[in-house]
Amino acid sequence: MKFKLAALALGAVMAAAPALAELVVPSLSYRTGPYAANGIPFADGYHDYFKLLNARDGGIGGEMVRVIECETGYNTEKGVECYESTKGEGSLVYAPLSTGITYQLIPKASADGIPVHSMGYGRTSAKNGEVFEWVFNYPANYWDGASIAVKHLIDENGGSLEGKKIALVYHNSAYGKEPIRTLEELSAKHGFELALLPVDHPGQEQKSQWLQIRRDRPDYVLMWGWGVMNQVAIQEASNIRFPMENFIGIWWSGSENDVMPVGAGAEGYKALNMHLPGDDFPLYDELKTHVYDAGNATGAGDQTGSVLYNRGLYNALIISEGIRKAQEIHGVTDITPAQLRDGFEQLTISEERMTELGLPNFGPAIEASCENHGGQGLGIVQQWNAADQSWVQITDYIESDKEVINALVQEDSLAYAQESGIELRCQ
Amino acid sequence: MLYREAGDFKTSYKDDAQTFPIKFDRYRYYAVLLVGLAVVPFVINDYWVNAIFLPFLIYSIAAIGLNILVGYCGQVSLGTGGFMAVGAYGCYKLMTAFPEVNILFHVIAAGGITAIVGVLFGLPSLRIKGFYLAVATLAAQFFLVWLFNRVPWFYNYSASGQISAPERTLLGVNITGPNTEAWASYLFCLVLVFFCAWVARNLTRGSVGRRWMAIRDMDIAAEIIGVNPLTAKLSAFAVSSFFVGISGALFFSVYLGAVEVGEAFGIQKSFLVLFMIIIGGLGSIFGSFAGAAFMVLMPVLLKNTLVGTLGWPTDLAAHIEFMIVGGLIVTFLIAEPHGLAQLWRLTKEKLRLWPFPY
Repeated sequence: MKFKLAALALGAVMAAAPALAELVVPSLSYRTGPYAANGIPFADGYHDYFKLLNARDGGIGGEMVRVIECETGYNTEKGVECYESTKGEGSLVYAPLSTGITYQLIPKASADGIPVHSMGYGRTSAKNGEVFEWVFNYPANYWDGASIAVKHLIDENGGSLEGKKIALVYHNSAYGKEPIRTLEELSAKHGFELALLPVDHPGQEQKSQWLQIRRDRPDYVLMWGWGVMNQVAIQEASNIRFPMENFIGIWWSGSENDVMPVGAGAEGYKALNMHLPGDDFPLYDELKTHVYDAGNATGAGDQTGSVLYNRGLYNALIISEGIRKAQEIHGVTDITPAQLRDGFEQLTISEERMTELGLPNFGPAIEASCENHGGQGLGIVQQWNAADQSWVQITDYIESDKEVINALVQEDSLAYAQESGIELRCQ
Repeated sequence: MLYREAGDFKTSYKDDAQTFPIKFDRYRYYAVLLVGLAVVPFVINDYWVNAIFLPFLIYSIAAIGLNILVGYCGQVSLGTGGFMAVGAYGCYKLMTAFPEVNILFHVIAAGGITAIVGVLFGLPSLRIKGFYLAVATLAAQFFLVWLFNRVPWFYNYSASGQISAPERTLLGVNITGPNTEAWASYLFCLVLVFFCAWVARNLTRGSVGRRWMAIRDMDIAAEIIGVNPLTAKLSAFAVSSFFVGISGALFFSVYLGAVEVGEAFGIQKSFLVLFMIIIGGLGSIFGSFAGAAFMVLMPVLLKNTLVGTLGWPTDLAAHIEFMIVGGLIVTFLIAEPHGLAQLWRLTKEKLRLWPFPY
């Protein structure tokens, strides 16, 4: 009897032991509401990459990864609930895919000592690691995006935008307002005229904005849209016969779900991207073997190869590389959030490493440092081909105008540091 | 058995007119207060405070505020979200302009500012009634949200248009900001809820409340018996907005810490609070609490059951949740059109006659 009890106890310990040593990565996703069309592919890709690591390599450094999904509906109140409910499970890092929720998590997660990775969204000035110890937003941020779009237009116009008129159609929220400061600076520098056209949440009502565009005839339209707003804007642009090649969306306005509903009318629409579109990568073969064919694909499994699915993969890849780096620095496999922060800060992903991971040329090289939490700020321009239903890369990686952006980042982050009484690091 | 007046003798008018005339009710009320003030703060953690207690307490204040206007005075309002935004932005401007003043005064002053704005938007109620007034207050909702989005002064010219609550204290204890202890924000909100509910209950029992109810029941008759519609309606708007403003200030500073006006205080917030008082019971303080609890806690409970316990996919659970909550609302309103408060009232009647209820 005693032996049996002991065996039972041992069994219980052995059963419990692996559960303790796990890398917990929460996924604050949204599969419902007006932003679901964009939230679903991202969440699927994010989860599938960790499933691949678990199935193929037995996790990262021998530790299995557990992804906890929590539905936020792009709503800040639910975001808080999700944060609090997953925090206790030992969550290593938060990637909420929402600028509003990121703004809320920045002070909370910093106080709790959990890193936030807001990849290409969130607070742009979090790039400055001297102020934002726990926040990372590489590989690129909104202000990089604004600058890359303008640079692309300069290239197209033979080096000058003097006297041109550019309209910004933006989601009237923290997310959409982010690029305005940069675009104002750039308009002063390059001499173009900037017109601002806000669209209120959720963005189904845009008739008046596009009527104004039809009347004012701007040379170019930039868009900071998300969710259902993207489709509506592209449809409206097509309705007023705005030349699609003069319409450029940020990387959050350039997925298949945004252009497909418009059909042939979306032909030629451009969008930025921080990685390549498509599924022509060796990683997809591995995903097929280990995840899809095993019947383990997340969600309906119909999003593979789409732009936002790729971005979810990319986000998970960066996080897993951060975890690897942290394990290497600290010599333990079961890392803590604080150790992961160190890993994120010393993260380097070279082009060779991307090839090793099965994604050659997929994204730019990333090199973080104590001061730089925002990466190198590179992006491509892609164009929609409605006949083939595919995105085509039309430029190389363009580097943002660091002169303008670094000054703005410095100004905004130092103002935040002063407001919140943060002492500068990395001195 | 327990719940009855037998043996509970009243020897003064004061005793006879108290809020809880039945002994059992009175002791239950003291017990709830004692547990809330002296037990819960010691056992509470971040999840319980931020996901359950804070939203419940803060929405309760908003529901009490709206109930005064709609339930007691009969003036339908769809401007609650806008008035909460006034409270939040008022609190933010005060917090950043006077950092040395403690947060309690900022919250109360934000309520005061909202009361003034509420009276301004209440002026049309003197000429228009019912659905038309609802539309006028709807205009307030859209105008206020537009204003806070449009004028950078309100968000201190920040690049994103977000407002973030800086760290502020009360008696040296952090109440806002990321380093706040769970018990501190809980107690702060609980004390304000207690204060608001106590004031509201006693106002509605007194002459002011009777004037409101007279206006609600038939405004011409009220005027004939000597109720001044101007003061009665505007005082209802002022008191209601004061409470709603306090709840908006807490919603921003203590609960969320950072808000953007369109997302946090949009039209859906006005509807949410209106649903709370309709489900809870119009013209009842208890109903405000019950409605807030139903609308705030039910989704969290369902989410934890469906995803946490049963392990369903999150999207399926989210959809089912909408259906269940919607179904329950319809069921409750068919079974008891006067809301949860009326169910509670009936239960009490039955208990008093137990074991021979009729």
